[in-house]
Amino acid sequence: MDLTLGPNLFFWEAERVRDFYARIADEAPVARVVLGEVVCSKRLPFWQGEIPVAVERLRAAGKEVWLSSLALVTLKRERSLTEELIDAGAGIEIADLTALAYIPAGAAFSVSPLINCYNVGTLDWLASRGARRICLPNELPMESVETLARAGKERGVAVEVWGFGRQPLAISGRCYHARLHDRIKDSCQFICNADPDGREVDTLDGERFLAVNGVQTLSCATSFAGREIPGLLAAGVSALRLSPHTGDMVALARAFEAAIAAGRATEDLEAAARAVAPGGQLANGYLHARAGAEWIDA
Amino acid sequence: MTSLPTLAPPLSRLVGLLPKPPASVALTLLARRIAARHSEIVGRLGTHVNASFALDPTDLPVVMILTLPAGQPRIRLQKDASGADCRIAGKLSALLALVHGAVDGDALFFSRDLVIAGDTAAALALRNAIDNAELDLLEEIQHVAPPLARALAPIAAALERQTGVALRRASGVI
Amino acid sequence: MELVCPAGTPAALRAAVEAGAHSVYCGFADETNARNFPGLNFSPKELAEGVAFAHKHGAHVLVAINTFPRAGDESLWHRNIAAAEAAGADAVILADMGLLAYAAKNHPNLRRHLSVQAAAANPDIINFYGREFGVKRVVLPRVLTVAEIAAINRETPEVETEVFVFGGLCVMAEGRCSLSSYATGKSPNMNGVCSPATEVQYVEEGDELAARLGDFTIHRVGKDQPAPYPTLCKGCFTSGDQVGHIFEDAVSLNAQDILPQLAKAGVTALKIEGRQRSRSYVAQVVRSFRAAVDALAAGQPMPQGALAALSEGQATTTGAYAKTWR
Repeated sequence: MDLTLGPNLFFWEAERVRDFYARIADEAPVARVVLGEVVCSKRLPFWQGEIPVAVERLRAAGKEVWLSSLALVTLKRERSLTEELIDAGAGIEIADLTALAYIPAGAAFSVSPLINCYNVGTLDWLASRGARRICLPNELPMESVETLARAGKERGVAVEVWGFGRQPLAISGRCYHARLHDRIKDSCQFICNADPDGREVDTLDGERFLAVNGVQTLSCATSFAGREIPGLLAAGVSALRLSPHTGDMVALARAFEAAIAAGRATEDLEAAARAVAPGGQLANGYLHARAGAEWIDA
Repeated sequence: MTSLPTLAPPLSRLVGLLPKPPASVALTLLARRIAARHSEIVGRLGTHVNASFALDPTDLPVVMILTLPAGQPRIRLQKDASGADCRIAGKLSALLALVHGAVDGDALFFSRDLVIAGDTAAALALRNAIDNAELDLLEEIQHVAPPLARALAPIAAALERQTGVALRRASGVI
Repeated sequence: MELVCPAGTPAALRAAVEAGAHSVYCGFADETNARNFPGLNFSPKELAEGVAFAHKHGAHVLVAINTFPRAGDESLWHRNIAAAEAAGADAVILADMGLLAYAAKNHPNLRRHLSVQAAAANPDIINFYGREFGVKRVVLPRVLTVAEIAAINRETPEVETEVFVFGGLCVMAEGRCSLSSYATGKSPNMNGVCSPATEVQYVEEGDELAARLGDFTIHRVGKDQPAPYPTLCKGCFTSGDQVGHIFEDAVSLNAQDILPQLAKAGVTALKIEGRQRSRSYVAQVVRSFRAAVDALAAGQPMPQGALAALSEGQATTTGAYAKTWR
C-alpha cells in the first residue's frame, strides 16, 4: 500500500500552488500525485499556468502524475477543457464520466472517488474501458472495500481508499460561497479563495457540520483512515489518498508512510492528522458502516 | 387547501363522556374488519407492525392507541398519547380527510395541521398503508353494523356537504 | 409532451392514470429504488397488476431501479430488472453503470432510461450512454438552465430528455450527494433514502419545533411557521455571522409557467416528483399538469395552477431553469 496525493479541491493562489507542489515533489513520500481543477472551471485561469510547472517538477522527483477532470461538466467551455485533457500528455483521472466520452476505448485512466463505483459490475465495466486505478467513493463501508479490492486485484485494477481530508459530499450547479455573499455564480468575484480549507457551516446548535467550497459541499470533520490501516492492508487496498489542505501535508505523508510500514495506526500519525485537520476534528464513520460524521474509537 | 373545521365543543364534550371500554371494543372491531378486508395494510407496515400508534384528534378529549399484536389491530381509548411509539395528531376533520384520501399528509404536515412526534418512520408507514387502502369508513361500518351504517349514511352525507369534512372516500381520486 | 407521474402505491398509480398521466413511474419495495420509504412501493405482483391497469388505459409504466447495487449483493438488483420485464414494464430507469451494462446484455429488449441519479449533464455524456448502453431517454439533473437543456437536445438527436417540472428539488447533482449518509449513515445511492424518516426526530423545544437528523439539528421554527422540511439541504444553518438556508430555502419546484420554453427546448417528457406523496396529491398535480400540457399542445394559454399549497413550505421556485438560481 502506498500513497496518492489527490487533487487540491480548494481555490489557492498560484503562488501557494507552486510552493505546495514544489515541496511535495522534494519532500513528500507519495508515489503519485493527481492534480488539476476539480470543482469550478472559473478558477482555472488563475492557476492553470502552474499545472505544467508542477507536472514537470513532480515527474523529475520520480512521482507518477495524473490530471483530474472537472467533477461536473455542463458548459461548452468545460466540455472543451475536458477533451483537451486527453492530449495533455499525462494520465487522466475521470471525476465526471463525461471524460470517458473522449478517451479512446482501452486507453488507461484513473477513476476519482467522485465517480460512483459501488460494486463489481461497475468495476468490471470501468476496467473493460481501460480503468487502471479506482479510488472508491467515500461512503462505502469496509465490507464493500474488501469485495472491491479483491475484484480489483483479480482484474489488475489498483483500488484506492480515501485516507485523509475533508470529504467531498456533494457538487451542485449553485455556488454556495457566492450565495453566502448574496451573489450568484456568474458574479461570484471568486470569493471562495478566501477560504483555502473551505468555509465552515454549523448547525443552529453551534455544532460543526459541513464546509462549503464554491459549488462543492465538504464534510467539516476531516475523514481519516489511520486506525483502519491494518484492515485496509489485509483487504489488499493498494493506496491511500491524501487530499490537500493548508497544513503540513509533507509531515502527514511521512507519518502515513511510517504507519503503513509498521502495519498499524501510530500515535504520531494521529497527531499529524489532527494537526492538519481544520479544527483538529476527525471522522471515520463510513468505513464502519456508520454516519460519515462519526468518530469510531476503533 | 380547504380549511379544516374544528369539532364544536359540546360535541367534543359528549365524546369525552362516552364510556371508554365499550368504545374501545367497538373501534377494535371496526379496525379488525378493516384489516381483514384490506390485508395489504398490515403488509405495508412491515416491521412497523410492532409499533404502537397514538391517533390523537386534538379537538376530542380522547386518544386512540392502535397496536397490532400478531398483526391483529387493537384500539384502546386513553386520555393522552403516553406510552405510544409515535403520535399522529390533528383535528378530527384532518385525520378523517387523511383516511379518506381527501388531503395529502405531507401538505397537512408542512402547514402544521398535522403533528407527528416520536417514531417518524412508523407514522409514515401507517399513513402510506392507509392511503393505499382507499378506505371509506362508512363502507367499513356497513360491514360491521349494517343498521348503524344505514342510519349514519344520510347524516354523513349532510354533514359532509355542510362542513366540507371528508366523511366518505374522496371522489375523483380513485 | 409526455407527462411522467409518480406512484408510491398501487392506489396512487391508479389515481395518476385516471387523472391523465401518460406514464407512471414506480419502484419495488426494497433498497433498489431511490424512494425506499416505509409503507411505499410495489411487490412484483402489485407491479404486474399496475402495469395491466395502466396499459388498459393507454398509459406506460416505468420502473425505477436507480440505486447503486451493494458490492456482493448485485443479484437483488438483477432480479428486480427481470421482475420488471416479466411484469410488462415499458422501461426501467437505471443509474449504475454496471447495472446498465448488465441490463443491456441480459435484457436487450427492455427499454432503458437513464435515471437522474446518474446526473448526466451534457450532450457528450448523454450520447455516450446512448452508444454504450442503448439508453433511449435521459432524465436530466436539476442543475441545468433551459438554454442548456435546449443545447443538449440539439446535440443528442438519438436520445430523448425528460425533465422535472414539479415537486421536491435536489439542489445538488443527483446521485453524487452523500450529505444524507454523512449525517445518518444512509444515502440515496446505497439505501434509496435521503434524510430517512428513521433518522428524523421532531422535537418541541419550548415554543419551537426542532427537526433533528441523526445527531444534527437541521432546522428550528417558531410556532406559526410551516414545519421544517426534514431534508438536510433545505435546513437552516450558520456560517460565520450568517444564519439561514445556506443551500436551499424550503421551496419546491414548479415549472408550470415555463412549459412552453421547455417544449421549445425539445424536451420529450415532463416528470413530476413525489412518490412519497398521497394519491390525492398525485391526482391533483397530474390533473393540473395534464390540463397545462393539453393547452400547450392546442396552442392555448397556460391555465393557472393552484398547486402552491401542495408544496413543501408552500413556496415554489423554477430552480436551476433560471440562470440566477446559481
